[in-house]
Amino acid sequence: MSLSKLGLDPQTVARARRLAARAAEPIIELARTHTTVSVERALLRLAGLSGADQAGMPWVNHLAEAVRAQVGLEHGVALPVWDALLNGPYGDLRALAEAAAAGKASFRLPAGEDARAARHAAHRAAAAGIARIDARRAERERLLARLGDPPHPWIYLIVATGDIYEDIPQAQAAAREGADVIAVIRSTGQSLMDYVPEGATREGYAGTYATAENFRLMRQALDEVSAEVGRYVRLTNYASGLCMPEIATLAGLERLDMMLNDCMYGIIFRDINPRRTFIDQRFSRQIHARAGIVINTGEDNYLTTADAVEAACTVIVSQLLNERFAHEAGLGDAQLGLGHAFEIDPSLPDSFRLELAHAQLVRELFPNAPLKYMPPTRHMTGNIFAGYLLDAFFNLAGMMTGQSIILVGMMTEGIHTPWLADRDLALENVRYVRTAAGKLAEDFQPRPDGFIAQRARRVLAESVELLERICDDGLLKAIADGTFGVTRRPPDGGKGGDGVAERADDYYNPAIDILESTRPADRHDAEVPA
Amino acid sequence: MTTATPAQPIRPYGDTTGDGMVQVSFTLPVPHGRRAEAAALQLAAAMGLQPASVVHSKAMGPDFTFFIIYGRVRHVIDYAAIPEPEGRRYPLLTASEVNLAIRSALGRRLVVVGACIGTDAHTVGIDAILNVKGFAGEKGLEYYREIHVINMGAQVPVEDLVARAVAERADAVLVSQVVTQREAHLHNTRHMAQAFRRAYPDAQGPGRGRPLLVVGGPRFDTVTPDQLGVDAIFGKGTTPAEVASYLVHALITDPAGTTGHDSGQEP
Repeated sequence: MSLSKLGLDPQTVARARRLAARAAEPIIELARTHTTVSVERALLRLAGLSGADQAGMPWVNHLAEAVRAQVGLEHGVALPVWDALLNGPYGDLRALAEAAAAGKASFRLPAGEDARAARHAAHRAAAAGIARIDARRAERERLLARLGDPPHPWIYLIVATGDIYEDIPQAQAAAREGADVIAVIRSTGQSLMDYVPEGATREGYAGTYATAENFRLMRQALDEVSAEVGRYVRLTNYASGLCMPEIATLAGLERLDMMLNDCMYGIIFRDINPRRTFIDQRFSRQIHARAGIVINTGEDNYLTTADAVEAACTVIVSQLLNERFAHEAGLGDAQLGLGHAFEIDPSLPDSFRLELAHAQLVRELFPNAPLKYMPPTRHMTGNIFAGYLLDAFFNLAGMMTGQSIILVGMMTEGIHTPWLADRDLALENVRYVRTAAGKLAEDFQPRPDGFIAQRARRVLAESVELLERICDDGLLKAIADGTFGVTRRPPDGGKGGDGVAERADDYYNPAIDILESTRPADRHDAEVPA
Repeated sequence: MTTATPAQPIRPYGDTTGDGMVQVSFTLPVPHGRRAEAAALQLAAAMGLQPASVVHSKAMGPDFTFFIIYGRVRHVIDYAAIPEPEGRRYPLLTASEVNLAIRSALGRRLVVVGACIGTDAHTVGIDAILNVKGFAGEKGLEYYREIHVINMGAQVPVEDLVARAVAERADAVLVSQVVTQREAHLHNTRHMAQAFRRAYPDAQGPGRGRPLLVVGGPRFDTVTPDQLGVDAIFGKGTTPAEVASYLVHALITDPAGTTGHDSGQEP
């Protein structure tokens, strides 16, 4: 970025990034030296193990649990599992998992030649899985080249019926009406399930379960409609909750395009154990990096519990942390769909100027990131007419500040999950503003040292102050103190903490080895700044 | 002879008294066109709108049409026959009045356990009531010196909530339900109420052998506390002070529930 419209001091920006890196470092070290049940299960999924028992419990869970009970998790499941495969009577992973579920498989930590053989076999299985992810990425690139990639801002629309077979026609209808990205919201219960459900699902609360089969069905349906409308329609889901690494893996294998994947969301809004989240997050981001998936971070959520003006700096701080964690895991700038939101109380004087200041600040701090801008939810009152107006102002702010991904706001937000007509009217709103505003971002030049520029610089200064405090106290303590989203989460609290193990010296996970040692050549393709 | 209240007939008001004008919008699962408009007008007539006109119709994909209709409703409402809804039947207390009432009656802090239960992950409601930060400029229950708040957060299994309420000897349990898809809020609340009945089989009533059960959320307007098996329901816009005042009323001032806005009956 050559010229800042806000007069941001490059030194201050650089200082903020250095502080974020310092605050992130102990967490990255934690993630490098620990594993979780879900990271280990993700390896088994990469190696091709799928399916579930009659009660719906996945075979990867049975197998990982059996290894954990007999050998422990600290060495990783790779050596015990492939040792059992090489030396036992099992034809494949599925047969081994079934035997493990029946309590008939025994596992050991192999040594010497046996260990070398197991390591080699595990590596080959993981490499085959990663090759499948690479192939899906190449397939996406071919489709983008053939069908065309829509220009920014991408219009992002949610479907959430709970039934994948209802979601499909709604998603196709939305794509025909102009949606560039379809997100299938997950059933709210899923984030706290320590397994990934199996198969096509028709029941869910406020959303549809993320399963490999649901991913496949929806991607296939969007491929059909992409060919019909002549542009590649992206598919989004959620790599969050207790199974973040496995869901990321399934997303890579089924060619999903964007995944919600925040560094702290699960901790703050789902009360998942902080350590578990950070460890799972690193692996899932390594997978996303490899799969060419754009992550969406969840900073918008802070503003649903905290005041959007007061807490503006927590959004910036979280974005800088998300950026650091993402870069470390191998994601390029073009894969960072950093989130923020239009949530300032509309009754405040100058609320729109404040929104413009915040949105432009994020745009300038992350010039190459496909920013995801979220519509108002907190101040949608049930007055659908006023809500429609507020959504139009949101759309306008998005156009003026060059946002990359615009989630379509619904005037019935907070009343019901969107009806067909709600979605259609909301898209009409976006289309009007997008067409009417055109390249308004080019002409939007806040007055030097005016209200907007000063507000943005103040939020940046507050962000630096907050980062300094986090560096002094440690990020885990900051989270425990309720810094983000006004919610306190102690490092030892929350769900899923018992699924964490410190890696032993002989820990082996071939997927992590491959992801850290080889990268697709085109990983750092930065997109042109808006 | 009793004096009958004179009838007060009313109709919707557009711009003239009694014109009965209303606006409705809906979608029909038919392709856009004049036949679809005729169907919309027929529906409007069946809804009591006559005459009605389709001011806007728009195809939503090949199979659906969206309509905006203005029309005159035939129906008349006698406003005089509508009783004044029951208001809050307990006094609104300040924080210090609440603290004083608890201190003098209980001689200990009042214990409140709060949670979003089941699959609900939206803590906005429970946090507005419980967090110090509060809602609408009012501090939440954590701010009250004589109230001990345990906020269990999101997606708490009912069994965990019951266990915690028992362990903490909770005086009141506050549950928030925001997600309403497939009536999850009603289902979850009934499930919770049943679990509490099982955990406290000998209870005489709220504060008499079991905690007071309070549920809150934006979409409980179609049900009564009795139907859900809880003591009280709070809707959209409830403030922390209203909840605190109700807790004092239901547990201290009028524990038998003779004048509560809830029925006070054990289901």
